[in-house]
Amino acid sequence: MERRAFLAAAGAGTAAALLPACAPPAAAPPLPPGRLLGQAATLGHRLRDGTFPAPDETRRVPVLIVGGGIGGLAAGWKLARSGMHDFLLLEMEAEAGGNSRGLATPAGPCPLAAHYLPLPGTQAVAVRELLAELGVLLGDPRAPRPRYDENYLCATPQERVYRDGLWHEGLWPRTGVTAGDRAQHARFRERLAALRAQNAFSVPMALSRPTAAMRALDRLGMRDWLLAEGFDSPVLHWYVDYACRDDYGTASDSVSAWAGLHYFASRSGEAANAEGETVLTAPDGNAWLARGLMRASAGRIVPGALVHRVVDSGSAYEVDVWLEAEQRTLRYRAGQLIWAAPLFLVPHVFAGHERLRAAARAFSHAPWLVANLTLSAPPDPGAGAPLAWDNVLYDSPGLGYVISTHQRMRLAPAPTVLTYYRALSDVAPGTGRELLLGQSREAWLEAVFADLARAHPELRTLTVQADIVRLGHAMVRPTVGFVWGEARAAFAADAPRLRFAHADVSGLSLFEEAHYRGVLAAERTLRRLGVRFTSSLV
Amino acid sequence: MHQALLASVFVVASCGLAYELIAGALASYVLGDSVTQFSTVIGTYLFAMGVGSWLSKYVVRDLIGRFVRIELLIGVLGGFSAAALYFMFVWAPEPFKLALYFIVFLIGALVGLEIPLIMRILKRDLAFREVVSQVLTFDYLGALAVSILFPVLLVPHLGLVRSALLFGLLNVAVALWALWLFRAQLPALPWLRGQGVAALAVLLAAFAGAGQMTTFAETQLYADEIVHAETSPYQRIVVTRWKDDLRLHLNNNLQFSSRDEYRYHEALVHPGLATLPGARRVLVLGGGDGLAVREILKHPQVETVTLVDLDPAMTRLFSTAPALTALNGGALASPKVTVVNADALVWLEENTERFDFIVIDFPDPSNFSIGKLYSAAFYRLLEKHLSETGLAVVQSTSPLYARQSFWCVVTTLESAGFVATPYHALVPSFGEWGFVLAGRRPYAPPTAYPADTRFLTPAVTPALFEFPRDMARVDAEVNQLNNQVLVRYFEQEWRHVIR
Repeated sequence: MERRAFLAAAGAGTAAALLPACAPPAAAPPLPPGRLLGQAATLGHRLRDGTFPAPDETRRVPVLIVGGGIGGLAAGWKLARSGMHDFLLLEMEAEAGGNSRGLATPAGPCPLAAHYLPLPGTQAVAVRELLAELGVLLGDPRAPRPRYDENYLCATPQERVYRDGLWHEGLWPRTGVTAGDRAQHARFRERLAALRAQNAFSVPMALSRPTAAMRALDRLGMRDWLLAEGFDSPVLHWYVDYACRDDYGTASDSVSAWAGLHYFASRSGEAANAEGETVLTAPDGNAWLARGLMRASAGRIVPGALVHRVVDSGSAYEVDVWLEAEQRTLRYRAGQLIWAAPLFLVPHVFAGHERLRAAARAFSHAPWLVANLTLSAPPDPGAGAPLAWDNVLYDSPGLGYVISTHQRMRLAPAPTVLTYYRALSDVAPGTGRELLLGQSREAWLEAVFADLARAHPELRTLTVQADIVRLGHAMVRPTVGFVWGEARAAFAADAPRLRFAHADVSGLSLFEEAHYRGVLAAERTLRRLGVRFTSSLV
Repeated sequence: MHQALLASVFVVASCGLAYELIAGALASYVLGDSVTQFSTVIGTYLFAMGVGSWLSKYVVRDLIGRFVRIELLIGVLGGFSAAALYFMFVWAPEPFKLALYFIVFLIGALVGLEIPLIMRILKRDLAFREVVSQVLTFDYLGALAVSILFPVLLVPHLGLVRSALLFGLLNVAVALWALWLFRAQLPALPWLRGQGVAALAVLLAAFAGAGQMTTFAETQLYADEIVHAETSPYQRIVVTRWKDDLRLHLNNNLQFSSRDEYRYHEALVHPGLATLPGARRVLVLGGGDGLAVREILKHPQVETVTLVDLDPAMTRLFSTAPALTALNGGALASPKVTVVNADALVWLEENTERFDFIVIDFPDPSNFSIGKLYSAAFYRLLEKHLSETGLAVVQSTSPLYARQSFWCVVTTLESAGFVATPYHALVPSFGEWGFVLAGRRPYAPPTAYPADTRFLTPAVTPALFEFPRDMARVDAEVNQLNNQVLVRYFEQEWRHVIR
């Protein structure tokens, strides 16, 4: 079985290697047009390679937030909610939102990357407050089982998996599964239920109890944990590896078992009008959440602003910013600094701060590819379970796709966007980034079509626009030993004028973590400034 | 004798082409996309003929006996092909495509065997030059005859099932004729004759019984005369006529029969609208046939009717075809009526207009896409378009055959904050059918109806709101986008009815 799979893969590899040498096959229609999008790599790379002019102006600001992803936006949100409006938020990209940005296509909005939020548990107070403010959580945000707006609860069917020419409901295939596989799957779920009952894993992760046993889990790979527990079912291993790649952009042999189990055992959210596993989603993924947070910082977000130097002057932080639109450097003297940009940037930007710079080098980030295919009509649902929101292919290098119009009510099939995900987790992150940035939009598109072709041979002809999004540093990798290691702890600590507000600080790239870190940084800042506020964290 | 054989070439060729056309037409009807269906069926068939011709070299002895047997086999196989495929589609739609190409291949291979065999039989009496010229001439003539007869006479008057059986009978007749012609040269004559007679009897019986055989809704459709058929970008629209009964089928689902549609549309419109003397503005979602609009226009207080139907082909057809405008009384041409061709859901999301009476005539919730249009979220959207004293009516499948589905719609409307009033009426074409009125305040049935109703009277009205024991309320969950319980109820219940 495994040998056959290997031979098939080798065959496919050979064919792919040969392909560019021959003329394109006459039958293949030309590739659809589209955009090549992603992190502003050229601007970002100036941090590594380039120099910037000296500042020609200095401005003072009481609070400066660097980075407009969910962490930075959440910090601004909490400051503004507490009546503290005297802050600025600098964003390198043209638009804030980070991984939770959306994309406009001829078939309506779709996610740029992040596309769902699990029902928040009672510990995720801040996220629940946000959802209540946005009118999606109805009633008391602290209720154990609140009601949610039906339009945001992922519509049925939520997910399906493709194997052996057939779609199966859920993520556990029905074909090619032995009684032994099923027994291991059941035992795995029992183990998770037991862990859940112990409340061992929390969201936000900072509220998890880091007992010795938990720390020991962090020092083990997820795959090794499975094997040590006697789980050797290939189907279960696929399932767990899929989950690790999907949530952390990292294969199960590199992911810390603590992080791997956190994914399965931390979700405790319940709803009065939905099953616990239901997620919140919208056509534009999580962009509605980013927009909701942004409202609080309206007028205080500076886009196209690249921070290239941060110095602690003793009484304030001096932050030098390259303004792309004005082609000049501006210096801010910030009484309080909230760094909400990814932590891999810290060594390139911070002067001094040797301990932080060293700690930042211990972080690694996973490269991701996202393909947004605008389709003239929904894809052929195929045999078996009907088209779901999340559609996963078994034994695929990709992570499947979501359908942007899944939440819509429509009488007739209409154009839609298929958002395809792939973490480049089979090679080292640096190699993955080179691969990601080195290949053309067309080459990646061919790879996407090739991956999806076995379930959707019709896809190429249905696609009218194909936007490829390259995210070189899409998310932090919770590798073995990292989550409860020292590097992360260095950034979680508070300091008189500086704090970090990014999901990187949690070691888990989750909306709730970014939001928690942002709110935490804001509350610490408010406390330093002597502003009275009601905490969103307890 | 060779004239007789050439005549049989003519018949055999016409039968072969007929089976191919029948398979192609059938696949187009049930699967849609006629270009693909015809091209794949014809491709398979021609390829199979090639295979048959190639195989013919292995037939070396008893040419005439083999010819007769093949002919009988084609007759039975081809004759029953349409019926078999229909039943297949009704009972086991999953392997339908597989069965289709299998049958087409088998018939094609057998027909491919036939012609070379006849040529070899004829070679004994005629020069090769003559054989080729004459056989191929009759072969192509037969094909021409059928290709003209098929759309003009056969499909409209016999339907696909009976056409196939007729050609099956022709094949068997050729076989029997050959038996008689070559009776002196055939060793196993009585045995072959028995087989031929048996095949003839079976086909004749099936032909006579085709009426009963095709009483299933799907098969009945094609036994009737098709007066209009078109494939719009959204659906396949077929209008059939059987004596005075006009029927509309969308994607092979019966929408109405002119014999009893008045019962459905009177029940859909009047119980609600007759209680609203102040209703000025009416909205109809779905119902591009204009039959609900016809009933609405019987209420003089109504000033405007907005009909939102996705498919311009539907509203065009029911605005222009004389037989159909006679049925809907030219309702769509009324100056009070505005026809909007849009997705009703997009239209509801993008407009803010409110209406005094809203008719929701969507297809049954047989899949997750349509199930969303029966969800609490949809009813909350609907509520935004209903005036303060307004009423909406929802066609809600059968409370008898799909009891829990029906009460699920009631429960869901209630969960969205409506006062829901369920009722039902007997529509023979569909059976016992259910509707639910939704409003903001308690509802009382009307005491008077427009003068020209054929079904509803104040006297029968109380019975509509009475639910006998076998349709009485049962517990059902609220149909939400994130559980789609209605689709699951509906699937279970109708599966139970059909089996």
